[in-house]
Amino acid sequence: MTLAPPVVPSAPPAASSGGRSGSVTWMAWPALVAFVAFGVVPLIGVVLLSFTSWNRLSTDIPFTGLDSWRSVLSDPGLPHALWVTFLIMALSWLFQTPISLLLGVFIAAHKRYRSVLAVLFFVPLLLSQAAISITYKALLDPNFGLGAGLGFEFLQQDWLGDSTLALCVVVFVVSWQFIPFHTLIYQGGIRQIPTSMYEAAQIDGAGRIRQFFNITLPQLKYTIITSSTLMVVGSLTFFDLIWVLTAGGPGDATRALAVDMYQRGFKADLMGPASAIAVILVLVGLALALGLRRLGGRDASASQLEGV
Amino acid sequence: MTTTLDKRPPGAHARPTPPSKGRGFNLLRYNLLGGVAGWLWLVVVLLPIYWIVITSFKVQADYYATNPLAPPTNPTLDNYRFVLENDFVRYFINSVIVTVGAVGPAVLVSFMAAYAIVRGSAASRFLRGVNGLFLMGLAIPLQAVIIPIYLIIIKIQMYDTLGAIILPSLAFAIPLSVLVLSNFVRDVPKELFESMRMDGATEWGTLWRLAFPLTRPALVTVTIYQGLTVWNGFILPLILTQSPEQRTLPLALWSFQGQYTINIPAVLASVVLTTLPILTLYILGRRQLLSGLTAGFSK
Repeated sequence: MTLAPPVVPSAPPAASSGGRSGSVTWMAWPALVAFVAFGVVPLIGVVLLSFTSWNRLSTDIPFTGLDSWRSVLSDPGLPHALWVTFLIMALSWLFQTPISLLLGVFIAAHKRYRSVLAVLFFVPLLLSQAAISITYKALLDPNFGLGAGLGFEFLQQDWLGDSTLALCVVVFVVSWQFIPFHTLIYQGGIRQIPTSMYEAAQIDGAGRIRQFFNITLPQLKYTIITSSTLMVVGSLTFFDLIWVLTAGGPGDATRALAVDMYQRGFKADLMGPASAIAVILVLVGLALALGLRRLGGRDASASQLEGV
Repeated sequence: MTTTLDKRPPGAHARPTPPSKGRGFNLLRYNLLGGVAGWLWLVVVLLPIYWIVITSFKVQADYYATNPLAPPTNPTLDNYRFVLENDFVRYFINSVIVTVGAVGPAVLVSFMAAYAIVRGSAASRFLRGVNGLFLMGLAIPLQAVIIPIYLIIIKIQMYDTLGAIILPSLAFAIPLSVLVLSNFVRDVPKELFESMRMDGATEWGTLWRLAFPLTRPALVTVTIYQGLTVWNGFILPLILTQSPEQRTLPLALWSFQGQYTINIPAVLASVVLTTLPILTLYILGRRQLLSGLTAGFSK
């Protein structure tokens, strides 16, 4: 399962009593070496490779300056991939957020049957995206799938053969897997809201709808930002799911950035341009994460309890 | 459930007391809209799962002839036998090797690093730098650096081995593990470290005899989360291996599906078989698993 790259509130390392740092420093080395070798070096490597025209079959990697960038930036495939990525991101945010919020409120209550439901809700999170995509591919078959089973005319469509529908299917399947994750985040956030606030609101005669909009929603501000950041940044990297479900098709209807990168690099053997796409992927991700953080007005790790 | 991992910055307002059972939460008690959504979502979740399971027991001819949602008229285990005969056991073992080989070392080195960061950061700029690097590392998506990883793996002549999947999986498990574990090591009271030092314990001894037992729940949680991620990983095996003998389950599933496109019941039986181990784990250790899923971002 590929969850979103987590955006975690960073607490500065608290000073502990230890003074003899020399005796613990070595313990950080194994992790540092492993992460530098397969995390930091590749990050630098992908930038360098974007200035080459490596074709992956040969051993030499010719430096070709800005050629890859020029070819990627002038290719109409790039704006298309960006647009598809943006559509998937926006639609899955729009679809997931209200449902996760609603379900989060629902399972936050301490009721036995709701915890049982919650247990079942989380099952999709455990499955691999490959398994989920394979299942949906078969399930959406117009003749032998769910549509035929339920007998609903509107379900019997060529879901993966039509450009618009295929995109919607990708959004739905993504949501099917990740709504439970965000529900869990919202459940945690909701349980942090002090009961006294609801009691006070009740005394003031506020109805449940008003309580939701005046207490729950504002109190969840930072939870919403965290959840949205994970959704938005995570959606940039959807690969497994799209690749198995549609392989970017039909045509290039679901060819999002990560899929575009894979196809250029590992199908067309154009590692230079593929690396350029990867660099764009990293930059867009960083920009979005920082932008959302700014939207929060301050550090997302700050208390949600202002005004209590 | 998630509150075990909840972290608040020290300067924040006092933590509210969790709502007591059944009291308060008026909003949540008779939540009609939420109720409708909850039950509806249950159907949305369970319908595909129900369909996978019943279809995996159907004979292929029945799949095309009967209503997709009707239970099999003459259930069969042939699909499962077919999948098992197709090297499923091998892929299963591969997945176990990759998961254990990546997650075990990753959690161990992350725990050591977390300990070093918490204990040494005050006096060491180097360790503060390491901590910063791991925090930045959280933002590196695996997909975006897959091309250089592929190149490195070829250069060190590990292409098409299980090790090729293990090494990057291990590395990418480190940043989040360090973050979560250091938050927990930080919670160990300073006095305990001090008294260990008085007793003449080395840092290595303190790590195992003090920090390890006190952070064990977090270690389990992190292990489960990373285990699930590696077990379900698809892109690394896809790119870093090619021969069928090196396939892990998700990749095997995909190629199986490509090979037997029309034998849907068998394909779904393979889906059931790959998921079964995780589901068993879920039933056994649900709480650990769920807190593992939100480890590090419990807000």
